[in-house]
Amino acid sequence: MEENIKKKLKVSAIKNGTVIDHIPARNLFKVITILGLDKIENQITFGTNLESEKLGSKAIIKVSDKCFEDDEINKIALIAPHAKLNIIRDYAVTEKKVVEIPSHVEGIARCFNPKCITNNELITTKFSVVSKAPLALKCHYCEKITDQEHLHIL
Amino acid sequence: MKKDLISITDYTKEEYLRIMELAAGFEKEPNQDLLKGKVVASLFFEPSTRTRLSFETAISRLGGRIIGFADAGSSSVTKGETLHDTIRMVSNYADLIVMRHPLEGAARYASEVSPVPVINAGDGANQHPTQTLLDMYSILKTQGTLDNLNIFMVGDLKYGRTVHSLLMAMSEFENPIFNFIAPDELLMPEEYKIHLRERGIRYFEHREFTDIISAADIIYMTRVQKERFSDPIEYEKVKNVYILREKMLRNTKPNVRVLHPLPRVNEIHTDVDRSDKAYYFEQALNGVFTREAIIAHTLNLK
Repeated sequence: MEENIKKKLKVSAIKNGTVIDHIPARNLFKVITILGLDKIENQITFGTNLESEKLGSKAIIKVSDKCFEDDEINKIALIAPHAKLNIIRDYAVTEKKVVEIPSHVEGIARCFNPKCITNNELITTKFSVVSKAPLALKCHYCEKITDQEHLHIL
Repeated sequence: MKKDLISITDYTKEEYLRIMELAAGFEKEPNQDLLKGKVVASLFFEPSTRTRLSFETAISRLGGRIIGFADAGSSSVTKGETLHDTIRMVSNYADLIVMRHPLEGAARYASEVSPVPVINAGDGANQHPTQTLLDMYSILKTQGTLDNLNIFMVGDLKYGRTVHSLLMAMSEFENPIFNFIAPDELLMPEEYKIHLRERGIRYFEHREFTDIISAADIIYMTRVQKERFSDPIEYEKVKNVYILREKMLRNTKPNVRVLHPLPRVNEIHTDVDRSDKAYYFEQALNGVFTREAIIAHTLNLK
């Protein structure tokens, strides 16, 4: 219990909004970019390199007065597959959500194929997800499969 | 909606059959003025004389005019123009774009940029759907059907886009059997075998090129290309293993035909050329009729 309190103090509570927890620390800034948090006016607090049994070191983001659509939040599933969302109303958790890998991925990942047109001209990448575990993304353009091992986030 | 042809799977089984029917019509009467007053852009960002001449013959026999270039060196690409801009510009002039490009996915991208239809004449190692349709037309012509056929694929089954596309297309028809003959380095990729298993289609894999071909209706030969091998010693080991000789065809079925996308190097010995079972040169001629059919279908001219 005492430990829990200490943990909570690391990033202060918000009154209303969304808490995104269990983000791998190394991907915090990518999550911020993908969700466009660097372009909104809302109050945002985050902590990173926090201890996590599951992830080794994790990050947490608290966004005041903001709710995410499922489509929007699922975009981070490729880089934060274990992320958990808590929807906060008046300091209390009113809903919990997990992220899900979407069936289509646009503009987030790079195609591993160096001969793909998307790596040679300024084009938004598009993939269909042919397998979620293990992850396999089929490029809409060159039709090659990018797997987890070769996954590179833009 | 405009009808592009980028990947072989863009077409339904009904469209495959429609192309076959149209191609048969063009074989009977190759000169039909369906493209009169129309301009077709033939954009070859990398040279491919065989494919280009086949397309340009098809366009000419349909009475169309051709604009374009035969290699990127004679186009604005050398000035650094993007594919996007080239396609936007050309699509102002032409009613249809036929394109060949060294990068994979280039044709799909062009079809998204262009308001006029795009036919893919090969995008790197990815797709070459008009080759597949002419292969199917050749199979239909020589076998009288696309159902219940035993198809042997020989050589480079790993990188050979023609065998991958043919496998995808033929798996739409009734009860095919596939036999793959390839060295360990060039086996049919797992994703295509999964596709066959999911559809309950039988396939067999072999390392040796022997009298197992006596069961074949179609023997589809491919080139084993030196540049595919990271280790030149590995290439030396396999380069002469898969050579078809005339004597190997003696115990095969009378209806069997040998197909090859051409150009061949040494994988079909020239002594096969005099066999009635050799079909690769006629196959190339079928390409003109098939491409006339694809153009007519794409522009709703028939």
